[in-house]
Amino acid sequence: MIELDEIDRALLRALARDATQSASALGRRLGLSQPATWRRIRRLEEGGAIAGRRLRLNAEALGFGVTVFLGIKLATRGRVSLDDFERAVSAIPEVQTVEHVLGLFDYRLRVVARDLPDFERVLRRRIMTLPGAGEVEANVLLSEERLPGPL
Amino acid sequence: MLDDLDRRILRYWQAEPSLSPGELAERCNITAGKAARRIARLQDQGIVQGSGVVIDWAALGYALEVSLRVTLDKTQANAFDIFMAEARQVPEVIELQTFLGRVDLRLSIIARDMAHYQQIYRSRILTLPHIAEIEALMHVARIKTQEGLPL
Repeated sequence: MIELDEIDRALLRALARDATQSASALGRRLGLSQPATWRRIRRLEEGGAIAGRRLRLNAEALGFGVTVFLGIKLATRGRVSLDDFERAVSAIPEVQTVEHVLGLFDYRLRVVARDLPDFERVLRRRIMTLPGAGEVEANVLLSEERLPGPL
Repeated sequence: MLDDLDRRILRYWQAEPSLSPGELAERCNITAGKAARRIARLQDQGIVQGSGVVIDWAALGYALEVSLRVTLDKTQANAFDIFMAEARQVPEVIELQTFLGRVDLRLSIIARDMAHYQQIYRSRILTLPHIAEIEALMHVARIKTQEGLPL
């Protein structure tokens, strides 16, 4: 586990908002030299605190008007291979994230589609036909906020 | 409207968000000038909204992630607004989504361990206003995480 001080936290907050800021611009705001800022960012990357980058795209402007979260329960637990299910579901392009969860469902999927008829096509042809897929619950995303978290 | 080249740029870019405009030009077999013009246009049109680093909370000592699916007491006129305003004040809440479906909202919360989760759940979550019902899903593993759009 990597330990953070106040400056590291401020750096992470700033980079989570905008990863394209230069080390010198970030350093000026935090009262650090450019090399010191660069060393801190390197340490955060190497220590695993920064897992990568995410490009923020406007899904709606690109024609993807519907995002649906699916809770899936496997029908024949024990008999179906989790690996087979995971491989098959991960290969569907419209499925953006797959999480294995404990609770009411076994898996939680984030699915993007052009519109509701397109979503229905993905659900019927690709999700319901997955090996082991049982009960499915769908919730259509209306709004989404990502918060900075405990930094 | 987007053409094939825009889509090609976006495909490479979302797969590797840290690529420079020059590197993107190389992948797409176009000149740096052309790539820069296309990128500027995608940003001006609000299709590319920016990029941010992804924080690995587990590396920072937050080993648990729990999805709380919340149903609200909708007899209260602005239950959504009041609930969301208060949920945003809880530092361990990292995502806040609203839905059309069986559940109204979902909170993603992170915690250092079970004892920490229990403490957040009792003192910060159960005290949120207008909750009718809560269900918890504990995250076991992330199988697919690149939230790319199928462009």
